[in-house]
Amino acid sequence: MASITLENLAHSYRSDPKGEADFALRELNHTWEDGHAYALLGPSGCGKTTLLNIISGLLQPTRGRVLFGDQDVTQASTAQRNIAQVFQFPVVYDTMTVGQNLAFPLRNRGMDARYIEERVQRIAQMIGLEGHLGQKARGLTADLKQKISLGRGVVRDDVNAILFDEPLTVIDPNLKWELRTQLKSLHREFGHTMIYVTHDQTEALTFAEKVVVMHEGQVLQIGTPQELFEKPAHVFVGYFIGSPGMNFLPVSVQGRRAIAHGQTSALAQDYGHPQGDIMLGIRPEFTRLTKGEGLPVMIKRVQDVGRYKFVNATVFEREINIVLDAHIEIEADMTKVSLDPDKISIFSNDWRIDPASEGKL
Amino acid sequence: MTQKTTNQRAWFLVLPVLALVAFSSIIPMITVVNYSFQDSFGGNEFFWVGLEWYRELLQSERLWDALGRQLLFSSIILLIEIPLGILIALSMPKKGWMASLCLVLMALPLLIPYNVVGTIWQVFARADIGLLGRAISDLGLSYNYAQNAFDAWVTVIVMDVWHWTSLVALLSYAGLRSIPNAYYQAAEIDQASRWAVFRYIELPKMRGVLIIAVLLRFMDSFMIYTEPFVLTGGGPGNATTFLSIDLVKMALGQFDLGPAAAFSLMYFLVILLISYVFYTVMISADNDGAAR
Amino acid sequence: MSLRLQGVSKSVDGDAHIHPLDLELEKGTMNVLLGPTLAGKTSLLRLMSGLDKPDSGKIYWDGKDVTRHRVQDRDVAMVYQQFVNYPSMTVYENIASPLKMQRRSAQEIDAKVQEMAELLQLTDLLHRKPSEISGGQQQRCAIARALVKDVGLVLMDEPLANLDYKLREELRIEIPRLFAASGSIFVYATTEPEEALLLGGKTATLWQGHVTQFGPSTQVYHRPADEITARVYSDPPMNFLPVRKQGGMVHFPNGQSTPARQAVAAIPDGEYRAGFRAHHLEVGGDAAGKIAFEAKLIVTELTGSDTYIHVETAGERWIGLVPGLQTFEIGGHVPLCLNPDNVFYFDQQGKLAGSTPLATQMAGA
Repeated sequence: MASITLENLAHSYRSDPKGEADFALRELNHTWEDGHAYALLGPSGCGKTTLLNIISGLLQPTRGRVLFGDQDVTQASTAQRNIAQVFQFPVVYDTMTVGQNLAFPLRNRGMDARYIEERVQRIAQMIGLEGHLGQKARGLTADLKQKISLGRGVVRDDVNAILFDEPLTVIDPNLKWELRTQLKSLHREFGHTMIYVTHDQTEALTFAEKVVVMHEGQVLQIGTPQELFEKPAHVFVGYFIGSPGMNFLPVSVQGRRAIAHGQTSALAQDYGHPQGDIMLGIRPEFTRLTKGEGLPVMIKRVQDVGRYKFVNATVFEREINIVLDAHIEIEADMTKVSLDPDKISIFSNDWRIDPASEGKL
Repeated sequence: MTQKTTNQRAWFLVLPVLALVAFSSIIPMITVVNYSFQDSFGGNEFFWVGLEWYRELLQSERLWDALGRQLLFSSIILLIEIPLGILIALSMPKKGWMASLCLVLMALPLLIPYNVVGTIWQVFARADIGLLGRAISDLGLSYNYAQNAFDAWVTVIVMDVWHWTSLVALLSYAGLRSIPNAYYQAAEIDQASRWAVFRYIELPKMRGVLIIAVLLRFMDSFMIYTEPFVLTGGGPGNATTFLSIDLVKMALGQFDLGPAAAFSLMYFLVILLISYVFYTVMISADNDGAAR
Repeated sequence: MSLRLQGVSKSVDGDAHIHPLDLELEKGTMNVLLGPTLAGKTSLLRLMSGLDKPDSGKIYWDGKDVTRHRVQDRDVAMVYQQFVNYPSMTVYENIASPLKMQRRSAQEIDAKVQEMAELLQLTDLLHRKPSEISGGQQQRCAIARALVKDVGLVLMDEPLANLDYKLREELRIEIPRLFAASGSIFVYATTEPEEALLLGGKTATLWQGHVTQFGPSTQVYHRPADEITARVYSDPPMNFLPVRKQGGMVHFPNGQSTPARQAVAAIPDGEYRAGFRAHHLEVGGDAAGKIAFEAKLIVTELTGSDTYIHVETAGERWIGLVPGLQTFEIGGHVPLCLNPDNVFYFDQQGKLAGSTPLATQMAGA
């Protein structure tokens, strides 16, 4: 196992990239620590798959280096990198049994038959395949096949890293829970470095210790699920993390006050007088409908979603979403929305600013 | 909802095809069935003989000999063309202009009519004036397809392989191209050998097209006529007298319409039967894998 | 306009895909078909559309028997999971195509296309080809093409399943709006309970070719008629444990008991399966009136604001969704509790015998 270092890494699919816009992956420096679980999160076309392919050796980066431990593997083939990968669609050897599938990577490496047998049994048990070992792989359901792919990934104990490329795409919602927990258990048990690519924030946040949020070829923020949720570094992170995402209002900020259309919202801290396009960001979970204080709100739709009430509304003709506790009654004279000052984020030109930090920007 | 009566006009569009099929296949077929139960003496006189022709044919060595030759020929053709076709498909480039060029080159033999193929090889392999035949003779090997049965067989087989291996290769190539890249990547990660990649990924994924290739090549080789006919007319002796050549000899050469009709019906049934067996065996082998 | 299915069934190669079922969809309603893969959602949509003919039963549109009518003669449009557009046409031509087939005037077509494009935020993309726009935009285009005809019945088969998570979220908010603007009957198939609730309207839960329950979405969610419906309508999966009711008390397997209140008081004594949803499991000791459990922690998953806890207790695997970031030791013991008012009691046949929570929650919904 090894840490993975990305040094001045950038990639363009053009042969003569000119500006930033030509790069599918903009310059990036980062180290994935040994034995940790990471997620690459972003919408289609954000560059996350490009980055994954560079790490797996499928793609040679235009610039920069990839290091596994201290070893430069930029030019090394996939096989030389000693990694495992689980793909979006289950890749299994149809004509083999489940057991043979799991044993395949070990057999190819000339491992001892007894060791293989024992290892396959152990892995099968951990991912709930022990009852299927003798079956042909081809007739199995998508979730069982994906378990086989997963099993083939973790069956070797010497892999440098396991890469996951949206592995739950074809899995039913109910079964995702099981696979996700097994993945976590495997990570805890074996301590492989794991990198998980997805567009699904729930999968990314629940899986990873640290999530890398990408957008348009650029890494916007690397942080724990909590950091991404509470302190998004960029408006896109605010929007992309959380379901529904963060609400934004254009405001002007003066010290501890944010002003929109002459209406004031209190801020918990002093932001000074920031310049640029200033946005106030507030998560739907931290808004409240009130009868008195707050900004004027027009409620458009209220939907009981079981665990909470989902309110779609507008404030100064901008759409906002409000999430309320399931027990809260919405009354006709609730015409204002109040924002929790502690939970407000302020952004200048799309990037987060910290209280009284305007001088540094 | 808009109310519209279902109209039957579509049937009229199918009529021409139905008529064509009726005149080209169904009616001649019924005529053949009719002939097979009758004897004829010149002119248009027919006598009912019942199953006589069938009985006679089943007892004649002529039919069994031809059938034996035919089965041997088809087996050899399949054993050569299927592996060779797969091998060619595997070594074809996957993309770029080279791939397109290969595809065009591979398709060329398929566009040449049977009799032209036969004529080309007949001349090409002649021991006296043919380039190939002469070259072999000059090497000190005795080679003459017109006199030596073994040489005649080799020539017909080489001809067929040259003509039809492309088809197997093209079908296999299409099968190979449809395998997602992730499989190759997974195999590389698993450090599978080249043979293992073929055995566990490529072969299983090509299975569908290979079934079609085997069926096509079997049926077609089982009906081979033109090539041996052009080359030696079924000779030397009866060495390359395959079923269809024998049938034509009987029907047109001897004008034995009754036995020829019975022969062709049995021929037809044999092809149908073997193809059906092939098909069900291969499909069920496929399903066995799929079921649990 | 209404669609009525009467005793409709469908088998393929002896495999029953849809068991005989009755369903009536009223004018201008949003109807969600909720069920896991292979529950029969697509089969049912195909029967509704006329793409397949039922083996038995009748389908009425506006009271008229249309069972044997072809799709082309029915007043339906369909949106698929795959983005189905004409690749060689621009977005404009794609949206206009159904109207052209109806031989509408150029002016009318243009007006309608512009209106649909506006509604689906495609105005700037009208001159592009489907291959030049994103997946989300392609699906918007497909939806626009389905809606532009003004048909009475719009069928959507997991239309958001192939989209990025965030795009899904946006379209989920948009679809109810489109529905409200159209006045048609919408039928929307999905595997996700939350999607069904967000779309609102009515839900029919499907399981192995049976409609297990049909009613207003929130009502089916809060008052599932049986265990299967409750399972289908829970994500994370519903948690279960065996209980016994005896003499006005409900006894839990860990020795605790609680007085049977309200509707639960009326159910006969005996064995039941108690079910509750993930967010009703609470972390903490025995608060008054709650059932306390000791559970072994298997895995925790953080979502940023909440934590999913996977626990094992008395041989049952449960998933809890608790607010805040909980950092327990994996393999350690966690004190949990459960408000008995949030529990459904299912009898041995899987039917809902009783539950208390709903009285309070339904009043607010």
